[in-house]
Amino acid sequence: MAAARRRKRRRWGRIAQHISVLVIVAIWLAPTVGILVSSFRDKDQLAVSGWWTALTTSEQNLIGRAAPPSDQVEEAGKYVVSGNVLDGSGYVTAFGTRILNPTQYAAGETAELPGGAGTLSIDSDGSYRLVSNDPFEGSSGRRIYYTAALPPAFTLENYEKVLTSEGIGQSFINSLTVTIPSTVIPILIAAYAAYALAWMKFPGRALLLAVIVGLLVVPLQMSLIPLLRLYNGVGAFFGVPAKTYLGIWLAHTGFGLPLAIYLLRNYIAGLPNEIMESARVDGATDFEIFIRIVLPLSVPALASFAIFQFLWVWNDLLVAIVFLGNNEQQLVLTGRLRELLGSRGGDWEILTASAFVSIVIPLAVFFALQRYLVRGLLAGSVKGG
Amino acid sequence: MGHLAGAAVTVVIGVGAAILYFYAVNLALDLIWPPRGPAATAARNQQIAAAIRPWLFLGPALFFLGLYLVYPVFDSVRLSFFGRSGEEFVGLANYKWAINDTRFQESIRNNVLWLVVVPAASTAFGLVIAFLTDRIWWGNIAKSIIFMPMAISFVGASVIWKFVYDYRGEGSTQIGVLNAIVELFGGSPLPWITISFWNNFLLMVILIWIQTGFAMVILAAALRGVPEETIEAAIIDGAKGWHIFFYIMVPQIWATIAVVWTTITIVVLKVFDIVLAMTNGEWDTQVLANLMYDWMFRGGGDFGRGATIAVVIMLAVVPIMAWNIRRLTAEARQP
Repeated sequence: MAAARRRKRRRWGRIAQHISVLVIVAIWLAPTVGILVSSFRDKDQLAVSGWWTALTTSEQNLIGRAAPPSDQVEEAGKYVVSGNVLDGSGYVTAFGTRILNPTQYAAGETAELPGGAGTLSIDSDGSYRLVSNDPFEGSSGRRIYYTAALPPAFTLENYEKVLTSEGIGQSFINSLTVTIPSTVIPILIAAYAAYALAWMKFPGRALLLAVIVGLLVVPLQMSLIPLLRLYNGVGAFFGVPAKTYLGIWLAHTGFGLPLAIYLLRNYIAGLPNEIMESARVDGATDFEIFIRIVLPLSVPALASFAIFQFLWVWNDLLVAIVFLGNNEQQLVLTGRLRELLGSRGGDWEILTASAFVSIVIPLAVFFALQRYLVRGLLAGSVKGG
Repeated sequence: MGHLAGAAVTVVIGVGAAILYFYAVNLALDLIWPPRGPAATAARNQQIAAAIRPWLFLGPALFFLGLYLVYPVFDSVRLSFFGRSGEEFVGLANYKWAINDTRFQESIRNNVLWLVVVPAASTAFGLVIAFLTDRIWWGNIAKSIIFMPMAISFVGASVIWKFVYDYRGEGSTQIGVLNAIVELFGGSPLPWITISFWNNFLLMVILIWIQTGFAMVILAAALRGVPEETIEAAIIDGAKGWHIFFYIMVPQIWATIAVVWTTITIVVLKVFDIVLAMTNGEWDTQVLANLMYDWMFRGGGDFGRGATIAVVIMLAVVPIMAWNIRRLTAEARQP
């Protein structure tokens, strides 16, 4: 009896566990799903309904225009303008004759136009009829205020727009330009240093290691002003611009080195001693040992660091806005996104599509190479980004 | 497109130059002090070469570390005693200014809030999620999803969450999730980002959302390292799920919890992008890193005050740095 009761309680415990994890995962995922869904929605629908309603019909208050008076026909002594306010999809739920009251009449009813100018009726399929005893005058058609229920509309228009006219496409290329050399250059430099720290004996080795561990957490803010002054000085001295791609590549190399050296040193120090010894007995020099043995064996650690550095450089905003200009040729994705947040604050179709373009590459890298990322984190969980 | 090709060329040149450098200096070393000839000379040469070689291997790394990290630390400290252009010595004037500046005081208050809330919340969530996902069959998928924000930039995350906090005037349909939920429960929507003091916590949520995955990954590995026997012994003694977690598992991973906590603390001290993108320090949300950036460029830039704020951030990091050095160098000495 007691055992059965305990088993039952255990089962309820398991179910509770599944449900709580499910809820947490949903909370964590929802914000990102929100921008992903929104980035594909029609911009008019996005502005008036929550993204969680994207699959349902949305009600919108719209303004249409009737056909111009030149299209009117005479029917039984009355003048009639007719047509359809919808372009093929959805249905009209209500309409009105004044902008202040666009839901005054239900679809199918007939409304008196203000000033006795005639009547207006709109059916739910969107077809309207303006009827008057006197001919309609003027050159343009009458405004019609109506509420329509529109089916969900998805589009690639937002992406097309941000990639071309909002400059996200160019910034994407700029980000790649910054990221690739900044990721590759530190690797070799760090690997040599790591090998020396792991397998060569020299005075000051312990101290040097301590300094590198200390540098892991030095805030970037400490480097900004001295380097900005240095770059400006160098630029003025040689008569070249101070904000260049070369400058930011070297800066990211410097900032990434402590983590690179630390991660690689730990890994290389753990390689089996016998391999090194037998290579040395065979007369291999340190250089040969490094190239032929250490480097190939260290690929997992190199990959871990490369992923870290790639994500960090791609996602960096601070170094980019300090050491690169904000012109069309140099503004990176994070910088552009920040500018759009300021200038296009409420245009969520622009912001969501731009944000998604900026996170798609790191997300792909993340999901494809997560194993290495986790391994790197566990090996050297000290760098604070 | 042109500069992307430039980047590719740079990669090739950079890697080529690195290989060439190491190859050339090693060759030079062997030519100048050849490990050949009479036994005594060869031995002596070998000794000299062995003493020099580590520094050749370390050379480029030391150059970059020195130029980009070590020298700036000293120069920033020096500049904090100088005026706005970094030329006239002003003594402690910048520090006096900072203490009396209301924006600086506001930043300190907010930074303290961030330092208390974000590491605590991220570590706690990370720990609980690591425990909950440990023994369910789709735990790894769940972990992947919680970990995912780690790959998203702070600016991207700011856009994502600004959309969550979005506010439309009362009467129109709310398209932000938060206000929609508020309305669902009968409340009236609020412009969350502008509500002084509480808006700080809304910004913190973004960083917690990002950092929880990090805490979870590290702590999950630590939990898995807890010896099975201690848990089995507890079960035999009649302990239940949460008791096992709190009284048996957590006490055994305190060291890892401390590492996670301090690592997130460092991230928090440098938090900048989120504040810049969400509020730019308006509505009482200023933090040190953003204030520093602000002074660095305000009106042509005040390098003295900027450097002073950087030094204050650095001072907060120093205790953790010292602890890290002790811990990690001790770890490195073990075989």
